[in-house]
Amino acid sequence: MPRLSCWFVRMALVYLLVGFTLGALLLAAKGLGRWPLLWRWLPAHIEFLVLGWTGQLILGVAFWIFPRFGGRRGREGPAWLAFGCFNLGVLMAGLGPALGAPAWVMTGGRLAEVAGIAAFIWHIWPRIKAIGM
Amino acid sequence: MPALTRVFAKTSLFYLLVGLSTGVVLALRGWVRLPPLLTVLSPVYFHLLMLGWIAQLIFGVVYWMFPKYSPKAPRGREWLGWAVYGLLNAGLVLRAVAEPALAVYGGGWGGVLVIAAVLQWLAGLGFVVNTWPRVKER
Repeated sequence: MPRLSCWFVRMALVYLLVGFTLGALLLAAKGLGRWPLLWRWLPAHIEFLVLGWTGQLILGVAFWIFPRFGGRRGREGPAWLAFGCFNLGVLMAGLGPALGAPAWVMTGGRLAEVAGIAAFIWHIWPRIKAIGM
Repeated sequence: MPALTRVFAKTSLFYLLVGLSTGVVLALRGWVRLPPLLTVLSPVYFHLLMLGWIAQLIFGVVYWMFPKYSPKAPRGREWLGWAVYGLLNAGLVLRAVAEPALAVYGGGWGGVLVIAAVLQWLAGLGFVVNTWPRVKER
């Protein structure tokens, strides 16, 4: 597994654990009928599990297994940029509402996610090819 | 494909079918009078798909395809993989029953929901513990 995939997958596992922890706390809160303020963390639970875990794992595995060019993965710079932007975006969009941050934090997070995915597409597009090309 | 992956994958397909069927039931709410228990299934619907189908399929494929842990134990602790499978599905089934039951009947169903939360969290923890050492550079 290449180094960048290791980073993507490890971050995905961290988000899985944090997202599951938030989910378990929310479910327990519902069962016990307590801790109403905990529901501010529902957007973070969703953000961390849908994008931080599932989305990020897909990016990391795609970088690892998609077709290569004679053993090389092409330009890796945009993929590293994607890793940075995407994680910054997930953190901002996930934590913003929970911490009561100004609205620009959420908007900035979404923009960073879009920038991250655009950079990843820049990297991966040429690797979507037929065998031998 | 190892036995645990086959079980994860087949169970995930079952949840896909059940999850989409739950979506059909929810779509009926607008024009058919349904029992109260069937009108509060939205959180269950999301979790049947996101946890029962997608996460469970990922868990099975990761167990199968990720780099080997060691020559003696290529997929890490196999017992932990099976424990994750059991915990995840026990937690999800309990949740699917208890969450709508709590919304409609209240009472002791809240305790069942807490147990479901603990089981699902332990499944996530077990998966991370078993997978983390297999995320390594060649």
